Amino acid sequence: MAMMTYLEAIRKGIEEEMARDEKVVIFGEDVGGVKGGVFGVTQGLAEKFGDDRCFNTPLTEGLIGGLAVGLGVTGYRAIGEFQFADYILPAVNQLISEASRMRYRTKGDWIAPIVYRAPYGGGVRGGLYHSQSTEKVLFGQPGLRIVTPSSPHDAKGLIKAAIRSDDPVLFYEHKRLYRLLKEDVSDEDYVVPLDKANVVREGDDITVIGYGMVLNHALKAAETLSKEGYEAEVVDVRSLYPLDKETLVKAAKKTGKVLLVTEDNLEGSIMSEISAIIAEDALFDLDAPIKRLAGPDSPSMPYSIALEREFLVDEEKVLNAMRELAEF
Amino acid sequence: MSIRIIEMPHLGESVTEASIAVWLVAEGDKIEKYDPIAEAVSDKVTTEIPSNYSGIVKEFLIEVDTDVPIGTPIVKIETEEDGEDETVEVSADSEDVQEEKSEEFINHINKEIDKEAEEQPQERETKSDAKQSSEPKESSEKSSARYSPAVVRIAQERDIDLKQVEGTGKHGRITRKDVENFDVSSQSQPRAEKAPEQTESHTQSEQKPKSESRPSSPVSHTSAGDEIVPADGIRKAIAKKMVQSTTEIPHAWLMVEADVTNIVKLREKTKEQFKKQEGISLSFFPFFVKAVVQALKKHPIINTSWDNGNIVYHKDINMSIAVATDEHLFVPVIHNADHYSLSGLSKEISRLAGLARDGKLSSSDISGGTMTVNNTGSFGSVQSMGIINHPQAAILQVESINKRFLPTEDGGFKTADMVNLCLSIDHRIIDGLQAGRFLQDVKENLSKFTDESNLY
Amino acid sequence: MKKLKESGLTKEELIQAYKHVLLGRRLDERLWQLTRIGKTSFNISGQGHEVGQVAMAMAFQPEKDYFLPYYRDMTACMVWGMTAKDIMLGSLGKEDDPSSHGRQMPNHYGSKEHNIVSHSSTVSTQFPLATGVAYAAQLKKSDYVTLTATGEGSANQGEVQEAMNFAGVKKLPLIFVVENNGYAISVGTDEQYANETMAERGPAYGFPGIRVNGNDFAETYLAFKQVVEEARKGNGPALIELMVTRLTSHSADDDHSVYRTKEDLENMKKNDGLLLFEKQLIDEGYMTREEMTDIDAELKKEINKATDEAEAMPEPTADTILDQIYAD
Repeated sequence: MAMMTYLEAIRKGIEEEMARDEKVVIFGEDVGGVKGGVFGVTQGLAEKFGDDRCFNTPLTEGLIGGLAVGLGVTGYRAIGEFQFADYILPAVNQLISEASRMRYRTKGDWIAPIVYRAPYGGGVRGGLYHSQSTEKVLFGQPGLRIVTPSSPHDAKGLIKAAIRSDDPVLFYEHKRLYRLLKEDVSDEDYVVPLDKANVVREGDDITVIGYGMVLNHALKAAETLSKEGYEAEVVDVRSLYPLDKETLVKAAKKTGKVLLVTEDNLEGSIMSEISAIIAEDALFDLDAPIKRLAGPDSPSMPYSIALEREFLVDEEKVLNAMRELAEF
Repeated sequence: MSIRIIEMPHLGESVTEASIAVWLVAEGDKIEKYDPIAEAVSDKVTTEIPSNYSGIVKEFLIEVDTDVPIGTPIVKIETEEDGEDETVEVSADSEDVQEEKSEEFINHINKEIDKEAEEQPQERETKSDAKQSSEPKESSEKSSARYSPAVVRIAQERDIDLKQVEGTGKHGRITRKDVENFDVSSQSQPRAEKAPEQTESHTQSEQKPKSESRPSSPVSHTSAGDEIVPADGIRKAIAKKMVQSTTEIPHAWLMVEADVTNIVKLREKTKEQFKKQEGISLSFFPFFVKAVVQALKKHPIINTSWDNGNIVYHKDINMSIAVATDEHLFVPVIHNADHYSLSGLSKEISRLAGLARDGKLSSSDISGGTMTVNNTGSFGSVQSMGIINHPQAAILQVESINKRFLPTEDGGFKTADMVNLCLSIDHRIIDGLQAGRFLQDVKENLSKFTDESNLY
Repeated sequence: MKKLKESGLTKEELIQAYKHVLLGRRLDERLWQLTRIGKTSFNISGQGHEVGQVAMAMAFQPEKDYFLPYYRDMTACMVWGMTAKDIMLGSLGKEDDPSSHGRQMPNHYGSKEHNIVSHSSTVSTQFPLATGVAYAAQLKKSDYVTLTATGEGSANQGEVQEAMNFAGVKKLPLIFVVENNGYAISVGTDEQYANETMAERGPAYGFPGIRVNGNDFAETYLAFKQVVEEARKGNGPALIELMVTRLTSHSADDDHSVYRTKEDLENMKKNDGLLLFEKQLIDEGYMTREEMTDIDAELKKEINKATDEAEAMPEPTADTILDQIYAD
């Protein structure tokens, strides 16, 4: 066990996998050399594994997307870093048209074992293009997995599972959590499954489903609510796509009162799909309308403090929504 | 002159803590705004921290090379400006710092926002007031009348009348937990499972006490300490049958009293001999069965079933008799009951009762009944309202026989053995007149027995 | 035109080259027929590209070199190892189609067996992929060379520039080819790019760019031979602009008489590489007309057989629609 931040846990996971399998390579903008990424996730990897296996790319996200697929089809396990999840957009063609369809369009003759890493999320004064939750852009693309850890423990286990997977995995890292979360992380060689949601807290009054920063808000709010006599079941979606429907529906049925929280804007977020799934599969256990708590439907999170704060789903907003549902 | 505080600045996205590597000024130095005062180091950047103020460096508030959360006060500056001194709030102990740092960062930002809010509070408050005053009104109107899908489902499954459930949700809404925790036994009357028009025909029964043959509703878990015992298969079958009977058949009831003094005498006279000869006790019940069977011959309308708009007149008289065991109620059938003598009925009743008690009734023993006679008198009942054994059209409850004074024609009194006969009829098929005439015949048949009557 | 002798190829090799060219032409003609009678839904052809493609492909070592083709590269794919029946299975959408097992439209080539990497329809996405395949050669310290091709219209995609830029930076063993037939569906080159040539884009990214007459077998073969050798030695990538003729409409869904002038259509026939190659082979004494007629007859039999056999093969069954979306 070692005390580790979320960021260090991701780095540790990558480092373990690179040591374990020489086919694992990592690249992206500022990823190689001594800098090791703008957030420092890949610090020390070039020195440890060589400039061939940890290297810089030009500022060309489409290239990062396709380079990974090319390495994948030739037997490598590529980890492509997008400096911000906002910058994935130029690579979407590669992610959707190539990575997510390679296995299907060749019926398994060619595969693309890839991890695309991307820091997402706001609350860092990042403005429109350093704050977005862009996961919904790539959500619902069969062939592509999307996962995001919400704790250092999961960060290490999930990145290791993503690297070992023969599927292309979009690995979203919440940049606010990078240094915010710190916990004892096992030195063991463990993986966290890529297709399972995680019931982080048990309760029988309301069910809160979320991921990333807002999940941590929900956990804190649940403790406050507990003092008021309500117990919240808190579920970390973790596998954003494909969704772990079974766990989500079960948790929804347990209390019949469901709050879906996302840092993304409301419309068309992943929570919209989760809401539909629960409505389809748990209607007769529902005791309240399925409630979504999300950012406003502005195009993105603005820079000004007042505007950023207005956009962000913070702990207070989560607590208020949870309380309202508990009292319903 | 006032004291100003400089805090550890926000050093970039995702950076939540930093340390001072070296102070670039000394306590007591005079500095200008934007002069570098220290070199700060985070795991992402190393940078100089400029001063926000012009003035004198009064006091360093943190040690060199110690990580502190963003927003932590690091130095006091004495400025020329007028105003209140800023003070350093005592922060959480260092153990919690890791966990709390995001809040401190947020607090830092919040301070700025609060400043703004203080300047323009009016508009915001008005807005939120309007919001709060309009919303609950609307929902209070809705919530009392509307039930969530879960509440409706559970209420149906548990046979709960939602009007009797107290809602603990917002504006008195009945929550899922309210119905889950509702004590069904406390309910004044179980509700039927079926549609409202069928409950309508059921209202009569609500004025009367529950029949002893009626199964108790499944127990719903209530407050702590209550024991929950799932109903066994037989109990569930009974429950299903009873619900079907009460919801499908519009019941009507009649009661007559009959003088059975002669039967009592006859039995007194013959019971010992009968026991010796037949090996079984002679009870009163076969006399009633016999009287009913004889009456059915004359009133075939009672020996019928309602079948989807048709009345089925049964050729055979198959008499169902209710047999209670400690746990359950069985209704075995005397097939072709009109073929039996009194002693034959006695033996058949005894045989079926024995099988019921031993749990050995076969399906043919319990099927095909066309009417039921129920010996409610055996446990002392004097009046009851039987539930018809679906799909039959009638059930007769034979109550307990009691000695009563009766006025005689000469103006005196005599003692007589009297019994109440309570008949439930399917009012779709049978009207009161037909039922009354049938009962009169049963009564007459009973009175025809003398202490000389042949049991065989 | 260069003399065939200058290519340094033997008579047998040149006759083999001719067979490849003619097979490409005749097979494509059959695919048009099948489309017109409704047995396949679509065809997009490389008629007029065949000589250049055969000369190009013969400069590689298909048993170890990788090919990331585009939709007009049928003839080159057959030099690389695919058979007429393989192509036919793809056009008919059969289960045994090695390109996609009936999942992609006709003319989307791929073969795991022959190192031909599957491509999509979103044009030029294979360019960034090719950099990954080529980078893998450097990682493996293998001397295979990667070939990727596209048309002059598709060559204007951003991802092409991203890929060529990265290949230049990393000196990848990668040959980029632009098959320039003058038309991007209906749009001529004057509306596609302002450069004099496509080839000059190579030097812009730090490597050679060569324009060759794709109807000139020897010139094309020699140009490729040289750049492939350099790449194999580790001297980096090259761009070859292959000047070819588009003899057919863009695809089965297009009619080029709408947008091409009569003069253009007449001239086009004079620039049919097949006819020019035949004339050269006869003039330079490698083959007689009779030998060519015999080969044509043999190929017809081969194509008939391939058509019959492919038609007799089973379709994918409906219950396989969800196969091979993810690794299991």
